[in-house]
Order: sequence, then C-alpha cells, then structure tokens
Amino acid sequence: MITGSQKPINEIIELIEPYKKVLILGCGTCVKTCFAGGEDEVAVLASALRLSFSKMARSIRIEEQTIERQCENEFIQESASGIVRNDAILSLACGAGVQAMAKRFEKEVVLPGINTTFIGIQEGPGVFTEECSGCGNCELGTFGGVCPVTRCSKKLLNGPCGGSQNGLCEIDPNTECAWHKIIERLSTLGQMDNLKTYIPPKNWNTSLSGGPRKLIREDHII
Amino acid sequence: MKALSHLHEKLAQGKFAVTGECGPPRGANKKVIDNKIKLLNGYVDAVNVTDNQTAIVRMSSIAASAHLVAAGLEPVMQMVVRDRNRIAIQSDIMGAYSLGIRNILCLSGDHQNFGSQPDAMNVFDIDSVNLIRTVKDMRDTGKDMSGFDLDGPPQMFIGAAANPFADPFEYRVIRLAKKIDAGVDFIQTQCIYNLARFKEWIRQANEEGLTQKVYILGGVTPLRSAGMAKYMDKKVAGMDVPEDIIKRMDGVDKNKQADEGIKICLETIQELKELNGVHGVHIMAIEWEDAVAEIVEKAGLK
Repeated sequence: MITGSQKPINEIIELIEPYKKVLILGCGTCVKTCFAGGEDEVAVLASALRLSFSKMARSIRIEEQTIERQCENEFIQESASGIVRNDAILSLACGAGVQAMAKRFEKEVVLPGINTTFIGIQEGPGVFTEECSGCGNCELGTFGGVCPVTRCSKKLLNGPCGGSQNGLCEIDPNTECAWHKIIERLSTLGQMDNLKTYIPPKNWNTSLSGGPRKLIREDHII
Repeated sequence: MKALSHLHEKLAQGKFAVTGECGPPRGANKKVIDNKIKLLNGYVDAVNVTDNQTAIVRMSSIAASAHLVAAGLEPVMQMVVRDRNRIAIQSDIMGAYSLGIRNILCLSGDHQNFGSQPDAMNVFDIDSVNLIRTVKDMRDTGKDMSGFDLDGPPQMFIGAAANPFADPFEYRVIRLAKKIDAGVDFIQTQCIYNLARFKEWIRQANEEGLTQKVYILGGVTPLRSAGMAKYMDKKVAGMDVPEDIIKRMDGVDKNKQADEGIKICLETIQELKELNGVHGVHIMAIEWEDAVAEIVEKAGLK
C-alpha cells in the first residue's frame, strides 16, 4: 500500500486559511489503512480545525466526505457535488489522489492534507515499513525477497557495507540492515550462492530517474 | 567590488565581452584541450568548459578548466546539478577555486536520457537556481550550506544560462529574474537564430530593469551545414532555428554552406552589438573551434 501521515495541524490551517468553505476529502483505501486519511481521520481533523478556527474567531465552513479511492475517476465522481459547494478541497489522499482530483476538477483548488511517505506494509500494529521504491525492474528473486534498493541505505547491490553491526544499519539503530536480512533469507532458502553473483550497475532508466513514467496497456485501450 | 575574474573586469568596464567554448575529450587525452586552447587563446576573454554535455562522459570540466588556467586562458567552468549532490557540488567549487578557476556557469544539465548512458541514476539534489545561490552564499557570506565558516571562501564570478526560446515564453523573463535574485552575475543565452524572439525577450528584460542587474551575453553557434540547421531545430531541446535560416543554408552549394553559416553568425553578432541590454557574445563553435578566430576578427571584436 501507499502510506502517508497527516500534516501538522498548523500547516493545514495555513493552507486552508484563505478559504471560507472547505471540503475535507478522505480516501478509503491505502491511507485509511495507515490511519492518515480515512473516514475517522477526516472526522477528527474536521473537529480540530473547527475548534482552531473558532479560537481564532474566524468563521469557516468545513464539510466532510470520504470516497473509496481518489485515484480513480469512477469514485472521484461521487465527490463532485460536494466539491462545487466549496472553495477548496483538502485532500487526505496520497499525492496521486491529490493530483487525480486536480486533473478531474481543473478549476478547483486542491490542497494536500497528508505527506505521502512510501510504498510499504503494516509490519505490526501501528508500524509501517518501506519495502519498494517502484524502480521498474524488480530483482527480488536474487535477493531472497528483500529489496536492497529500498531497504539498504546505500542501495548496495553487491553485499553489505562495513557499517553494519548486529543486524543493524549504521545510519540508525532502529534501521535493520537489509543485507543482514538478505543473508538470513538466502541461508534459510539454501541459496547462499546468490551472494557470490556479481550484480552489474543497475539500469535506473526504468525508475523515476529516467523521467516520469507511464504504463500503457494497449490491450485495454478502447 | 574588485573584479573577480578577467571576464568580470571586461564586463564591468562596459566593454563588449566575447566568450568561447571548449568541449573536453571523451578520454584523458590532454592534447585535445591543448589544441583547442591554441585555437581560442587571444581571441576570446574566457572559454566555457562544458560539464559532460548532452550527458556524455568526458574529461571533467574542473580538470579541463585547470588545463586552461595553466595555459593562461581563462575558463568559465560549467557545472551541472545532474551528476552531483550538494556535498560534491560545494567540494568541487572549493577545489576548482583552489586550481585558479574564477568563473562558474551554473546549469541543470541535459537529462541522461539524451546521452550514451541512459541507465545512469541522475542526482538533481538541488536545482540550478539553488546552485547559483550556493556559490553566491559561499562567496559573500563565506559559509557553506550548513552555515559553517569556510577557511578560504571561493570567490567565483557567477554565471547561468537563459533560453529565450523555450516555452512558455511569458515565463522566460520570470525565470531570469529568479536567477538574478539568487545572485547570478552574468547570463549566457541559448544559441540565437530567431532574432525577433530574442529581441522581444531582451525588450522585456530591459523593461523589468533586469539588464541593469546582470550582464547578458548572447549565444551564437555558426551553422556548418543545412543539415546541422535542421538537426538543431528538430533534435536539440529548446532550440529554435527559423525556416528562413534553414532555407538560406539550403540555398547555397554544399561546399559554401559553412561560409554562409559564418555569415549568418556575423550578422547576428552585429545585431547583438547594437542591442541595448546585451553586454557580449558567447560563441559556441561546436567542434569547430577554428572558426572562432575568423568570426572574432570579422566581427571586429578583437
């Protein structure tokens, strides 16, 4: 899933301050799962904002709505009537959702209410970890299902650096060494030979480095 | 302010400055640089040394610039933000200054997709506007980006590029103003073939008072053939070669096309000399450095 976390309330206040009527629009899929932009978060944020603005003796009308996914036109349509009633939309979707809304409603102000963080998983209650950078050229098969491109702080492809100790990365004692994990996994799988394989310089052209990407499925174009 | 470089001094004196260009070799052969130095020395005030232009790996602009310094020809070291993060940028600027390099041209750099190694990861940690600001802050406050007091701040004369021919046109002058605010001292423009559009850009820049704040060197590249004119128009990003220029090149015999290209270049330089707000010319004779002497002499710039 795509994870995100809500922006600090002061930053949100600053963003919506110029507007009198604001729709807080939640997104019911990824960012709901990571407790940043679902229905519950929309309700809590709306209350907090109403309170803040009333303390500042400022009148603002805040409307709440959550749709299933802001990144899909089919669901976006459900928010149309709410959007035209308001001066601005505070989207609690990821960056893709915010931009999808801005594309769909080209004359409306769409503001981001969360910071999109990464593609990751929920590792445990309330803990999310980054697992994939969307490099466009997956080599997880070689690395026992642990991605060094994303999880090694130096993106090393040919083994751990000298800074790893006790399974931890040198940058931070809370960061696991991806290579430690790779070695553990390959050992479990009996694929330690993979460690001897020389990995050539990665082709980054398939990643964002090669320019903004587009996925085209000719067989689905009508 | 004391002149930071010979180029700075010339511009500050109100004289029409001339800069040339030297592309380093795809290898470690210093003789290529020596040869280009011979062709340019004595004809130009300073020479831009390109930094892996079109994202093709070449001898570094710092090293090639240092060779120019040693030969008594003043370099304008080009630096792109495509290949270096802010740590390398600041370090390279200090190193370059210590080697006697006094002018820097701050650029974004062509995307590596255009080059010979599109698999490369690009950096773009900071953009060209922030590169200008970084060099300026190092010079004027004596601090690096972390606020650390440098032991010997580099005192660079800071340049940047401007492309009056890129879209959207209305934004071009805003971008120029942004670079000026960031602290740029001089501007070298993209090659001028569409004089009408260039004049409109300069008119706007004059109107905004920008040409009072920065020295502007108009870029020219002599066309060697009609084929080159078409290639530049179609294939080179941000280049505008109007139809009449292409027709004019096409209209002469193949073996006379280079002469025609130089003629067009000389006419452009004459127009630039007359233009209010233009302080010099930047001659980019791409892999045709032996044309520079002729152009400079015939244009009366020597």
